[in-house]
Amino acid sequence: MSNIVEINNLTKKYANKTALDNVNLNIERGKVVGILGPNGSGKTTLIKILTGLLRQTSGEVLIDGNKVGVKTKSAVSYLPDRNFLYKWMRIEDACHMYKDFYTDFDEAKFNELLAFMNLNRSMKIDSLSKGMHEKLNLALVLSRNAKLYILDEPIAGVDPVARDQILDAIINNYNEDSSMIITTHLVRDMESMFDEVVFLKDGQIVLTGNAEALREEKAKQIEEIYKEIFGEG
Amino acid sequence: MEFNSNLPIYIQIMNLIKTKIASGELNGGDKLPSVREFSKEMKVNPNTIQRVYQELEREKLVFTQRGMGTFVTEDTDIIKNLKKDRAAELINQFFLDMGSLGFRIDAIKKMVSEWTNKEESI
Repeated sequence: MSNIVEINNLTKKYANKTALDNVNLNIERGKVVGILGPNGSGKTTLIKILTGLLRQTSGEVLIDGNKVGVKTKSAVSYLPDRNFLYKWMRIEDACHMYKDFYTDFDEAKFNELLAFMNLNRSMKIDSLSKGMHEKLNLALVLSRNAKLYILDEPIAGVDPVARDQILDAIINNYNEDSSMIITTHLVRDMESMFDEVVFLKDGQIVLTGNAEALREEKAKQIEEIYKEIFGEG
Repeated sequence: MEFNSNLPIYIQIMNLIKTKIASGELNGGDKLPSVREFSKEMKVNPNTIQRVYQELEREKLVFTQRGMGTFVTEDTDIIKNLKKDRAAELINQFFLDMGSLGFRIDAIKKMVSEWTNKEESI
């Protein structure tokens, strides 16, 4: 089976709002997929369902052929859109935490990524800037040998230098055996990273396809298509 | 590199390499960066660079040696033709642009010859 993710008729309703409305999506192995949409379009809800943090109202989600659960959690490495480390920690402690939690954590790879990000193990978490936080979190997430990496807004609010380091780290980590899902509304900075793009609007997929094919078909860059769909100036 | 034209990214990168070959910045037999190096440099998905190299190879502008890498063709005729093609594209674009300003071929010819005379007299 070549799909790492299969989503069929996925719907998620909150008390008075439909966050995802009958979403169907397959993601092939070895692809980098961008999920694009403004805040409130359902991106984070979709990701929380994929990572097992939320349950769907109806529909089916399979990761590597399995329903989301304990088994799929070990196959997925997830970068949340907020900090998940304790303030009292040093980077050293964060590394130990990951090593304890995840058997697929590769410490040598982590050390490499830390050096690449200009971070070191003795730094305190609460002394890190926003960009450094994001770089550390990404280093932890990419150091797992997972089948699927899910990165929620990896470059939101970071300076251009940190952004470039993050993009480089993502490219470096790319390999044909694993897949990546990246959500972003910063389309211009990230569009050249994607094999496939998914435009999510009000909980529905309004457009999806191969990024280069869409550029060819519409004679526009993905950012322009994004602006057309979401009407941002 | 900013990808801001309306072409797919792989074509924009192909054009960049073609320009480098035509201008002599890349010579016949020169080694191109590896897919991974080049994708980092351009900040694009490695699959895009893979496609760039495949398409360039199909056009016989580069060749791949297993385990060694991708190299610019050593066939001087192909490079000559590439130069001609690029020149034809530029001329074509020039006439299109001039046409959209409302100039007809005769007027353009006259302007070009005036311009070359002026250049020669400097």
